[in-house]
Amino acid sequence: MTDTVAQPTADAKAAPDTMAWDSGLRRLMMIYLPLGCFVLILLFPFYWMAITSFKPNAELMNYKDNNPFWISSPTLAHIKHLLFNTAYPRWLTTTMLVAVGSTTLSLIASTLAAYAIERLRFRGSPYVGLGIYLAYLVPPSILFIPLATVVVQFGLFDSPLALILVYPTFLVPFCTWLLIGYFKSIPYELEECALVDGATRLQILRRITLPLAVPGLISAGIFSFTLSWNEFIYALAFIQSGANKTVPVAILTELVTGDVYQWGALMAGSLLGSLPVAIFYSLFVDYYVSSLTGAVKE
Amino acid sequence: MTSRHSGMVRNHQTSGAQMRTGKSRDSGFDSAHRPGMTLEPRKDKGPMSVTALSTHGAIARQPSWLVRLFDYKPFLIVMCLAPAIGLLTVFLTYPLGLGIWLAFTDTTIGRRGTYVGLENFQYLLTDPLWWNAVFYSVVYTGVATFGKFALGFWLALLLNNHFPFKSLLRAIILLPWIVPTVLSALAFWWIYDPQFSIISYLLVDVLHWRSSNIDFLGSPWPARFSLIAANIWRGIPFVAISLLAGLQTISPSLYEAAMLDGASAWQRFRYITFPMMMPILAIVMTFSIIFTFTDFQLVYAITRGGPVNSTHLLATLAFQRGIAGGELGEGAAIAVSMIPFLVFATLFSYFGLARRKWQQGEAND
Repeated sequence: MTDTVAQPTADAKAAPDTMAWDSGLRRLMMIYLPLGCFVLILLFPFYWMAITSFKPNAELMNYKDNNPFWISSPTLAHIKHLLFNTAYPRWLTTTMLVAVGSTTLSLIASTLAAYAIERLRFRGSPYVGLGIYLAYLVPPSILFIPLATVVVQFGLFDSPLALILVYPTFLVPFCTWLLIGYFKSIPYELEECALVDGATRLQILRRITLPLAVPGLISAGIFSFTLSWNEFIYALAFIQSGANKTVPVAILTELVTGDVYQWGALMAGSLLGSLPVAIFYSLFVDYYVSSLTGAVKE
Repeated sequence: MTSRHSGMVRNHQTSGAQMRTGKSRDSGFDSAHRPGMTLEPRKDKGPMSVTALSTHGAIARQPSWLVRLFDYKPFLIVMCLAPAIGLLTVFLTYPLGLGIWLAFTDTTIGRRGTYVGLENFQYLLTDPLWWNAVFYSVVYTGVATFGKFALGFWLALLLNNHFPFKSLLRAIILLPWIVPTVLSALAFWWIYDPQFSIISYLLVDVLHWRSSNIDFLGSPWPARFSLIAANIWRGIPFVAISLLAGLQTISPSLYEAAMLDGASAWQRFRYITFPMMMPILAIVMTFSIIFTFTDFQLVYAITRGGPVNSTHLLATLAFQRGIAGGELGEGAAIAVSMIPFLVFATLFSYFGLARRKWQQGEAND
C-alpha cells in the first residue's frame, strides 16, 4: 500500500533530476571543465619536458623576451649532445636488455606458477597463491640493502644480469596474480575435454590454455616491461660503472653534474627515456588498462 | 624427439620419488629453469596412451588413467612452481631475512659485522634525523594518499560518464603512471627551479598574484609539499583507473532503484557508490599506502633529502646510510623500522579483502 503511494512522487522527483543532469551547461561545468583541468595538469609536465628539450639555451634562461610556453627557434642540439657526447645509446641498450630479459624470465616463471595454482589444484594451492600475493607487498625499499650483499656474494655486482635476476621479485607476483585471473576465466570444460581425449597436462597447457590466455600474457608482458624499464632503486644500488647503468639512473647520476644544470640535455634525456615505454604502451593500451584493472579486481 | 621424451619420463620418476620425501623443491629447481623442457608435451608411460584418441578405450581405462594422473601431478606442480618459488626465495625471502639479521649487526661495506643486539635501533631512537624521516614519511603518506584518493575518485567518477573519445582520454590519463618516475621527477625538478620555474612565471609575470618567485625546494615546508604534490600527480592515474574499474562493476539497476525511491545524487553516492566501492578502495589504498610510505625515487631525484635533511623519507635515509655511507647494518635497521607500518597496512588490506571471497577455489570449485 505504501509503495503505491510513494511511487508517483518518487517518479516526479527523479525525472527532472535526470533531465537537469543531462542538460548541456550543467554537463559542461560538472564533467568537461574538471576533466579538462585534470588532463591539463596531468599532461603539462610532459609538454614542459618536450618543449625544454628543443629549446636553445638562450631561450631556456630568458623568460622576458620569449614566451616560455613556446619555442621561437627550435634546436636539436640537446638531443645531438645526448646521443653523441654521452653514453646514452649504451644506456638505452642496457635498459632494453634488462627489461626484455627480466620480462621473459618472469613471464615463464609466472605462467607456470599460475597454471599450477589455478589449474593443477593441489592441497595448499590457495596458500601458495596468497604467499605470492604477499610477496608483491614487500617493497624494494626494504630489500635493496640485503639484496646488495646477496648480489655481491653471487659476484653479480655491477652486472646487468643482477637486475635481470632481481626484477622478477616484483614482476612474478604481479604477473602470477594477473594470469591466475586469466586462467580462471578460461572454461575448465575445455581442459576436461582435452583430458578425456587423452591429452597430457602439458599438452593442455601448450595447446589450449596458453593460446586462450594470450591477452593475459600480453598484458603481463607489457606491465613487466614498463615496470622493469622504470625500476630505479635496485639499478641505483647494484650498478656502479657508468656504462652499465640503466636510463633512469644514468640520467640522474651521469647527466646531473656541477651546479649549473643542463636542463635542455636533462629534459631531452628524460623525453627519450620515456618515449620507448610510451610508444610500447600506446600500442597495447587496452591490454595495459585491462591488466591494471583486472589485477585490482582479482 | 623421442629420446628427449623418455628422458622426461625418467626425470619425472626420480623427482617424483624425491617429492614424497619433501626435498622436491630443490631438485625441481635446476631442471625447471629450462622452460622449454617443462613445456614439452609429456608422453604418457605405458601402452595406454598410444590409443588415447579412441573414445572406447578412454572410457575403459579411466580409473587406472586417473591413478596415473595423481601419480605424476605432484611432480608437475613442483616443476611449475619451482621457477617462481625459487626466484622469490633466493631474491626476496632470503634477503628479507638477511635484512632483518643485518639490522642486528654492525656490518659495513667490506667488513662482516658481528651481532650487536638492539644497538642499531637504540641509536636510531636517539637520532633526530630518523625521527624526522619517520615524521615526514607519515606526513608524506597521509597527505599524498588523501590527495590521490580524493582527486582520483573524482576523476574516476568523471570518467564514468559517457562522452566522446573516452578510451583515448583514459589512455592519456595513465601516462604519468607509465613514464619512469625518475624522469617525470626530473621534469618536476625543472618545474620547481628557483629561478626559471614555470609556476613562478605564471604567478608573477602572467597573473601578477605574487611579486617574487616561489622558492619551492629551498626551505623545508615548501620542499615537503612540493614533493607531495609531485607524488599526488603521479598517483592520480593509478587510483582513478583502478576505481573506474570498480565503478563499472556496480549494477545500474541499483541506481535506478534508488532513483525510483527518490534518492538524491549525494544519497546515491553515499549509500550505493561508496559502500559498493569499499572492497576495491581498501585494496587500492593499501597498495598506495605501502608504495607511498616506502617511496624512494621522487625524493632521491628531486631533493636527495635536502634542504637540511628535512625531506628524508625512511627509504632515502636508509639508502644514504646503508649504500652511500657504507653502514649496511644501520641502513638495514632503518629499512626494518618500516616493517611495522607495512604490516599494519597489509592487515588493513587483508580485512578489507576478507569481506569478499577473493581466494580462488572457494567461490567456483
